[in-house]
Amino acid sequence: MKTAIIVFPGTNREKDMADAIEAVSGQRPEFIWHKETSLDNYDLIVLPGGFSYGDYLRCGAMAAHSPIMKELLRQAERGTRIFGVCNGFQMLIETQILPGALLRNNSLKFICKHVHLKAENTTESFTHKLSNTPVIHVPIAHGDGNYFANDNILDDIKAHTQIAFRYCDENGDTTQGNPNGSTENIAGIYNKRKTILGMMPHPENATLDHHENLSGVGLFQGILDGLG
Amino acid sequence: MKATIKIMLKNGVLDPQGKAITHALDGLGFAGVKEVRQGKIIELDLAEGTKENAIEEMCDKLLANPVIEDYEIMMVA
Repeated sequence: MKTAIIVFPGTNREKDMADAIEAVSGQRPEFIWHKETSLDNYDLIVLPGGFSYGDYLRCGAMAAHSPIMKELLRQAERGTRIFGVCNGFQMLIETQILPGALLRNNSLKFICKHVHLKAENTTESFTHKLSNTPVIHVPIAHGDGNYFANDNILDDIKAHTQIAFRYCDENGDTTQGNPNGSTENIAGIYNKRKTILGMMPHPENATLDHHENLSGVGLFQGILDGLG
Repeated sequence: MKATIKIMLKNGVLDPQGKAITHALDGLGFAGVKEVRQGKIIELDLAEGTKENAIEEMCDKLLANPVIEDYEIMMVA
C-alpha cells in the first residue's frame, strides 16, 4: 500500500500523520512537496494539518491553488482515496471537493483539547471499523473549524449520508460537546462516493502508545483496509 | 487602473468577530451599536483595460469564498 502525504509551506502535522499510518499499515508514507504535479500510483493521498501559507486570505485558500491540487482534483475524480485532516480538510473545502465552508470558531479562540466524536455512518468505507466503537476521543487544534453549511447543502449531504463524524459528549450525545459552533455538530464529512473524507479533529494523534490514547486506530484501520 | 474588492460574510452567516467588536464597543460605553459586521478590503493594481468579468473570476476563484461570502467590486478612477 502506497500513501502520499502532501506537504505545503506551513504544514506541520505531516510526521504525526506518517507515524500513524506507518503504525497501522507497517509502511512509511512518502512526503510529496506541493510543487509536484503527479500523484499516480498511490492508494491513499493525505492532506495533513498545519497552517499552509500562514492561513493567508482564508485557511486552505492558497494551498487550494498549489500546483499539486490540479492533480489532486484528477485523482479525486478517479476515485483515489483522499483523507484530509484539519488544514487538509480546509483545503478540501476550499477546492470544493467537499461541500460547505469552515468559519472562525464561534468563541473566536484557538481550541486545543480532546473532544468526543461519534461516527455517524459506520457502514461506509473509511469509518466501517468503528461500528462497535462509534464514539472516539481525539484532539482538536484549530482556530477555524466551525463547519458551516446552508440549508441546501445540509439537506444534500444528509440525503447522501455524507456526515462522517459529529462532535458529541462521552455518551455519544450529538446535541452536546460542540467545541466550535459547527452546524449540527458536524466534525467531518465524506464526498458523495465516500472515497474522500475530511475532518477537523486529529485522529493521527490517538494512534501510538505515547499518545496514551489509541482511539484513532480503528479509523486508520478502516481507511487502510482493502487498499493495495 | 485600480479596483477595490469589498468582501463580507453573507447575511445569515454568523460573524463572531463582528459580535466581539459589538461587545467591545458596548464595554467602552458607546451606546446604541446594534450590530457590527466585519469584512475585508482587497486592493488590486491592474493593467489598463482589465475587464470587470476577469475581476469577477478572480473573486470567484480565489479572493472570496462564494459559499459564505459576498463581494462587491469597485473600480477606482
